Amino acid sequence: MSAVVSPIRKPLITGNKTYHQITEDLISPTEKTPTKEWVIGFVLSVAVLTYGVFCILWTIWVGIGSWNLNRTINWSWDITNFVWWIGIGHAGTLISAILLLFRQKWRTGVNRAAEAMTIFAVMCAGLFPLIHMGRIWLAMFIMPYPNTRGPLWPNFNSPLLWDVFAISTYLTVSLLFWYTGLVPDFATVRDRAKGLRRKIYNTLSFGWTGSAKHWQRWESLSLVLAGLSTPLVLSVHTIVSFDFATSVIPGWHTTIFPPYFVAGAIFSGFAMVLTLMIITRKLLHLEDYITVEHIESMNKVILLTGTIVGVAYLTELFIAWYSGYVYEQFAFFNRALGPYWWSYFGMMFCNVISPQFFWKKSWRRNITLTFFLSILVNIGMWFERFVIIATTLARDYLPSSWSLYSPSWVEIGIYIGTFGLFFTCFLIFVRVAPVVAVAEIKSILKSAGDQYVGDNATHKHHHHDADHGSSHTDHH
Amino acid sequence: MSKNNHTEVIYGLYNDEEDLLRAVKLAKKDHLEIYDVYTPFPVHGLDPILGLEESRLHQAGFIYGALGTLTAFLGMSWVFTKDWPNIFGGKPYWSVPAFIPITFELTVLFAAVGMTVTFYVINGLGPGVVNNHLDDRITDDKFCIAFDKSAVNSDKAEAFFSTTGAEEVNSKTI
Repeated sequence: MSAVVSPIRKPLITGNKTYHQITEDLISPTEKTPTKEWVIGFVLSVAVLTYGVFCILWTIWVGIGSWNLNRTINWSWDITNFVWWIGIGHAGTLISAILLLFRQKWRTGVNRAAEAMTIFAVMCAGLFPLIHMGRIWLAMFIMPYPNTRGPLWPNFNSPLLWDVFAISTYLTVSLLFWYTGLVPDFATVRDRAKGLRRKIYNTLSFGWTGSAKHWQRWESLSLVLAGLSTPLVLSVHTIVSFDFATSVIPGWHTTIFPPYFVAGAIFSGFAMVLTLMIITRKLLHLEDYITVEHIESMNKVILLTGTIVGVAYLTELFIAWYSGYVYEQFAFFNRALGPYWWSYFGMMFCNVISPQFFWKKSWRRNITLTFFLSILVNIGMWFERFVIIATTLARDYLPSSWSLYSPSWVEIGIYIGTFGLFFTCFLIFVRVAPVVAVAEIKSILKSAGDQYVGDNATHKHHHHDADHGSSHTDHH
Repeated sequence: MSKNNHTEVIYGLYNDEEDLLRAVKLAKKDHLEIYDVYTPFPVHGLDPILGLEESRLHQAGFIYGALGTLTAFLGMSWVFTKDWPNIFGGKPYWSVPAFIPITFELTVLFAAVGMTVTFYVINGLGPGVVNNHLDDRITDDKFCIAFDKSAVNSDKAEAFFSTTGAEEVNSKTI
């Protein structure tokens, strides 16, 4: 029944799993009492989140004056963090949507967690523009609706408003995609549970039965949502880059921004997926489902996108010089050799040099090295946004307005607080939902399980011969 | 699918999707009317054998998407030419290129939300819905064929299940 599998494909599910064993392995983490590591992590995350909430309330109470922004550098940590978190969110949709369209089976091991990460990262990102408004209670003014203020409408020509639409659409569609994938798995949790837990999971599973017609529509919906999410995810970071690219600031108004931002977003997103999944697979014992093959595949994406980002940096430098435009030239000279030179070199080292280690196969498959480099990439991508935003603004057209910036304790607190929000959500998710998509793993077992493919396969040709007649009806 | 609230069904559970596919083929050949098939994951190749028509959900998606396109584009056009004409940066009132990003986003939003809501409504799924399902192991590792007892008599069904290698045969009212 399974589709033709190339003999050079490595298994993606190891340990000679049966369908029942898959259910056991993936559902049981939600059924056990939390481990000590989880409790410590959760308490720590909630504490950090609480401090972040305090800093946000402080900002709202005291005003944006509690941040160290000034008239020259009017965007800094806030927008850096916003772009950074949005970028991290991009890997989830890439894994779940684009890799679904490309029929990459390894996505199945990591898509659920990566999609969850997307949603939590977008929530963290969305906070920053909201509190940066200063008067957060007027936030509904950004939504277009008939009103008694004129009528007064938001400016549909502004990239900032495009961002509002892009990010709220992205959050909504990611949430729908993620939850629709979770429904059958919640039904599996329900059918193993008793009493109140069964009732709760029945509500979460929407009464799922596993009927053939439902599965057919479920697959149709997943495929179209994937098709919709693919241009959506590319549009989101494109529009984020328009916030800069449509301005008249040297170093910002470049046409390379959209592809460069999208590549950077995927780059940082995959790094975050790796950081989290390397910890999660260890703590939840998911090594049979998130294998070294998965890690290697993600490292290849990191190598590719990191190199694209590197080429973009060099192209920017070349074009600045080649344009003969002194303001542009100065902007780049200032980035590399101005007062914030350390962030430029941090960015160059973490984003361009560090992923080059992954040209070597044994290093791509080295989990310790991958973990270390994935953190470097995340630091590098934060530096990139800081370089683009704060460093560029610090030296504007008028030398008398030149300024410097360092964050206040409130800004640092809000940024740290978003980690609290992110990890609190992630740790709750790990407890209540299967971290790996159960039904999807089962559906690839016969084409990716180690008893069917790879060197130790015991069932190699069995299924092919047994059901040769129906292979033409296969939906692939 | 819970077509009505009281259907007496007889169902067999299989251990493997290969057995299920062979059984469904045989049932079609013997003209046994299948009430429904339940599986723990989407079994590829099942729909054509079972005779399920292709889902029209994506066509609905297209209509929702088109609705989103029109809402966004006509909405913005109306606001900036009739309701609140304003000049931004010396551009014309009706500055079409600037409308493209929001038009695109709303197309995607309407299509995704519309399709997902339609999916749950036509399947009869939603928060708080309780569907009597046949066996708890269907969401784990069992593949199930169910016959409506009023359409296929029990003896015939049991004979069918034993020839196709069903592991277990039970009856239930759903």
